[in-house]
Amino acid sequence: MNKEKKSIFNKMNDTSLLLTITIVIFLLMYIGAIVIQGGGFTKPQMFFNILNANAALIITACGMSIVMISGGIDISVGGVVALVSMSCAVYLDHKGGSIIGSILIALGIGIAFGLVQGFLVAVLDIQPFIVSLAGMFFARGMTTIVNTAPFNVEDEEFNALKLTRVNVPFMGSVNKKGIYVPAYVEIGVIVALLIVVLLFLVLRWTRLGRSFYAVGGNKQSALMMGINVRRTKFLSHLICSVLAGIGGYVYFLHVGSGSASHAMGMEMNAIASSIIGGTMLTGGVGNIIGTLFGVLSLSTIQNIVASAGLDQA
Amino acid sequence: MVKSFFKRLTSNQLFIPLMALILLAVINLINDPGFFRITLGTNNAGNPVLSGYLITILDYGSELGILAIGMTLVTAASGGQDISVGATIAIAGSAMLRVLCGGNSRPDQIQAPIIVAFLVACIVGMLCGAFNGLLVAIFKIQPMIATLILFTAGRSIAAWINNNELPIVPDPKFSYFGSFIPGIPIPTTVFIVAICIVIIALVLKFTNLGLYTQAVGINENSSRLNGINPTFIKFLAFVILGLCVAVAALIKVSRLSTINYSVIAKDIEMDAILAVALGGNALSGGKFNMWASILGAYVIQFLTTTLYKFNVQSDALAAYKAVVVILLVVFSAPTVRDYMARLGKNMAKRKEAA
Repeated sequence: MNKEKKSIFNKMNDTSLLLTITIVIFLLMYIGAIVIQGGGFTKPQMFFNILNANAALIITACGMSIVMISGGIDISVGGVVALVSMSCAVYLDHKGGSIIGSILIALGIGIAFGLVQGFLVAVLDIQPFIVSLAGMFFARGMTTIVNTAPFNVEDEEFNALKLTRVNVPFMGSVNKKGIYVPAYVEIGVIVALLIVVLLFLVLRWTRLGRSFYAVGGNKQSALMMGINVRRTKFLSHLICSVLAGIGGYVYFLHVGSGSASHAMGMEMNAIASSIIGGTMLTGGVGNIIGTLFGVLSLSTIQNIVASAGLDQA
Repeated sequence: MVKSFFKRLTSNQLFIPLMALILLAVINLINDPGFFRITLGTNNAGNPVLSGYLITILDYGSELGILAIGMTLVTAASGGQDISVGATIAIAGSAMLRVLCGGNSRPDQIQAPIIVAFLVACIVGMLCGAFNGLLVAIFKIQPMIATLILFTAGRSIAAWINNNELPIVPDPKFSYFGSFIPGIPIPTTVFIVAICIVIIALVLKFTNLGLYTQAVGINENSSRLNGINPTFIKFLAFVILGLCVAVAALIKVSRLSTINYSVIAKDIEMDAILAVALGGNALSGGKFNMWASILGAYVIQFLTTTLYKFNVQSDALAAYKAVVVILLVVFSAPTVRDYMARLGKNMAKRKEAA
């Protein structure tokens, strides 16, 4: 009996142990919220609202996890999200652009940031913290250069897309008037979940995914194993920034406005979610599913605090 | 002879900040020859004061200069940075105001001597530093993550200390620390920085702090085997940073005689880290050069003032700063330096061959 128990723990490596802890903590917290606070938490829609509000954070935190797994860090993601939402808002509203164009802008900004930061980190060997710090400054500054005042987007096509809801079967609830209200998620959530699944598969079963872990764990031995360390680091930063661009668009889709103060401190939330999800800042350890649960845990805490009436200040 | 002199010059750690300073000075000189003019005028109270861009830089760069001292030590000892300094300034400043105003937001006179308030702020700052140091040195949490706690919570704590009110200090003497003492035309902050620099210079000269800090930063295990207590050194570095934060808070709060919790010392942590990086100190810890860091702090303030002079919006300032920082970091990157050195050698060879 004792032997068997030991073997289970032996089988679990660092990553899956941390993942299990995260999921257990999240479930305990959510159940605790249901038991103690009841109210909104008993309805499934509460859970989907958490997803709706945090789809962008899930996407950026996934990118952050990949950078952190490969031993780097990227604190520019919040700035990139703000820049994307402001640029897309200006493009759609003042310039009369199309949805496709705005998506391309979002991707373009992400790719541009990824290329420059990846080059500086991987090829020139500059500390990722400093590079992305400058990236954050640059993105925040550019956001105010694009437009200073915050404003809402009036574009009809965009607003139609923004209000598109995907109903979740069997999860609806009956409201006070006795009408059945279906539970829904926004498009951003579907994008986020697709990205989570995709990155999970990439990290688990592709050569690139495994080399992220190898480079983050030990650069020297990764080099000796024949992994192209520079290319891996470069790709990790590129993926993170592109995901920040996509996350920016999803964020924009959720809030429907452009503002220089959007996504303030989002990089810290992304890092915190990754860490709660079991990704180590030292690199080499981490899991995308854990990051997803990290985001959920973080926002559940925020929801509990908010519904308990504690001040956010 | 010339070559070796040149090599010694470029390999000196002060080279990068000095070059940046000279570059900025030249740009300003071309743009406006009057940039360096210092005039003696009188302020609103009728006291003689020196004014001019250089004085502005010296004055407003002082918080950054003081923070750079502590940040250099923390960087060298722990191999990480403290990102909570801005929030800790808010906490220490708030505590100072609480003592001065005694919980009343509009007192007729100060409720405690300024020195007592400052000492309380010092203790609060050092406690915050000790909290960070405890997490980093004893619980072995990465510095950036450990200080993330105060970074996010600090401004709320600061608001909580004064019940979210914004007390105003009635005594004009309190504002001397951030502006001018009547009769002395030089900003008081310059003297405060000078005192801090003298103290840290004496400490580095007569104690083993510098040596031990570098030893811990370079190799924690071997320094432990040599009889140094790395835990204590790291802890000490954070406490010293806490003290620096308290002094910076005194200046910051004194400038306005009040406080704005969400705005005070905003983004100063980034500037402080940049000052250390600009000084050519490795952000991964180990060897440090205190003077290069302090010089780096003033270079950053120089840059900020220059950008303001070019009519850059304060919100957009960050974008320009980022470009300059990237350029500086790229030119100081070892890879780029090696490449340049090789390029220079090849050119010399070709010349010889020709």
